[in-house]
Formats: sequence, structure tokens, C-alpha cells
Amino acid sequence: MSNKFFINCDEATAICNKNQYKEATLWEKIRLMMHLLICKKCGMYSKQNTTLTKACDKHLHKCEKEYKFSEKEKEVLQKKVTEKMK
Amino acid sequence: MSEQVKHTLNPNNWVGAHSDYLFNYTITRVDNEELAKDIVQETFFSGLKAQHNFRGQASERTWLISILKRKIIDHYRKINSTKGKAEIKVNFYEDGDRKGSWLEERVPKMWDNEAEKNIENDELKNALNSCIDNLPEKYRMVFVMKNVQHYETEEICNELGITASNLWVIIHRARHQLRKCLEGNWFAK
Repeated sequence: MSNKFFINCDEATAICNKNQYKEATLWEKIRLMMHLLICKKCGMYSKQNTTLTKACDKHLHKCEKEYKFSEKEKEVLQKKVTEKMK
Repeated sequence: MSEQVKHTLNPNNWVGAHSDYLFNYTITRVDNEELAKDIVQETFFSGLKAQHNFRGQASERTWLISILKRKIIDHYRKINSTKGKAEIKVNFYEDGDRKGSWLEERVPKMWDNEAEKNIENDELKNALNSCIDNLPEKYRMVFVMKNVQHYETEEICNELGITASNLWVIIHRARHQLRKCLEGNWFAK
């Protein structure tokens, strides 16, 4: 991304997205705020993006499920491996 | 003198000893059961071919994981390079005077206030998941690693063989797509 002070909407929303993970730099955040002062469309995007982040935090969770091959699958797979050893 | 244990390979027992572990390792990265199983199988096959490179310094499992990591990067490289240009919609003018400005049809629309306040709703969860499922794989994988598995940026970059700026472009596009998808399916007024 360029280093200019005034950024376009594509660049502003990119920073906004990075900022959802608290990984935007201070300089990026300053330019984003400047842009949001003058751009209603990105203001709307930014607000909705926060909602999206909240929805993700609320509804997306690491699945603690243990994945297992079935016994049958294991048998077939080991057979294939053993075959290839010859 | 410290005595170092010399590890050995025992392919006759690979599936029983490691397949489930490798499966779980893979699934948190590729987010697809069938694909994960294929990658585990490929890992064993490559392991057989590379047996002569095994020096016995690492354990059998660690050695298999290092092969598996390579497989995941290869897979990501493959889906990352496929020329599916219709993969994700463009949101901004790509050149000309208005470069970087919103395309009319992609400008965020006002959302329903009640829906926006009510993010606890369980049906929103379904809508969100189906929007994520609809992302092209290269976007979905990164988004899931970041938002569901909560991997660090650096870790994702290492594991998929991409740069941080690649990652942010992918996240940027994925989130635009998700916002738009939810706007249509959930938050529309």
C-alpha cells in the first residue's frame, strides 16, 4: 500500500479489515480515520464490519471434535501403504 | 556422553500410529474432511519414497508432519494459482480516474437495525456459516484459519507459504464477500 496520506476506499476498507484483528499499524489507523471523516460509504462499511466481527466472535468456534479414520478406512489405507512398500 | 535415541521408521504401523493425528492436524488447515484424508494418504506415500532421507534424529511422527506441511503448502499453491477469475466479485473501480472508489452496485446498503442489534440469533450462525462455505477455497482456508482456529498471521503465512500482504489481500476480499453475502441473506431491510 502506498504511503500517501489520503487513501481511496479500497485502501481504507483494507485497513479497516486488518484492524478487525487489531493488526493495523498506527499510521494505517490514522489514515483510515481521516478517510472515514470524509467518506460515508466507508463509514457504513466500517460499522457493518464491526458487526461482522462480533458475529464471527459470537458464532464461530474451534471445533473440538476428534477426527478419526474409520477402522475400515484404516485397514484399506494401511494395505495401500504396505502394497507400495514392495 | 549423552546417548541419543536413534528413531526408526515402521511403515507397517503408520496408519494405526499416526493417521488420526495427521488427520486432525490437516483438518484445522484445509477445513474439508475428504481433502484432509487424501492429503494424509499422500503424506504416507511420499514418506515411503523418502525413507532413505530419514536420519533418525526426529521422531517418526515429527518427520511425517514435516512432509504433511509440505503437502498442505503444495495444495494451497495449487488452489491459489488456478485461474478462476470469476472467483470473487470486484468491489472497486480497478483503473481510471475513479480507481479505488466503490462500484455503485457494491456500495454498502443500510442494514436492518433490529437484525444488527440481534447478533446472538442462532439462525445468523447458519447464515454466516453458509456464506463462509460459499467463499472460494483459497479465501475460505485463510479466513477459517484466522477467524475460527485463531492462528497467528505469521503462522498462517508459514503454513500456506504466502506473504503477510498476500494474507491481508485475501482477508480483505473474503470479508467484503461475507459482508455482501450477509447483507443479502440476513441484514437486508
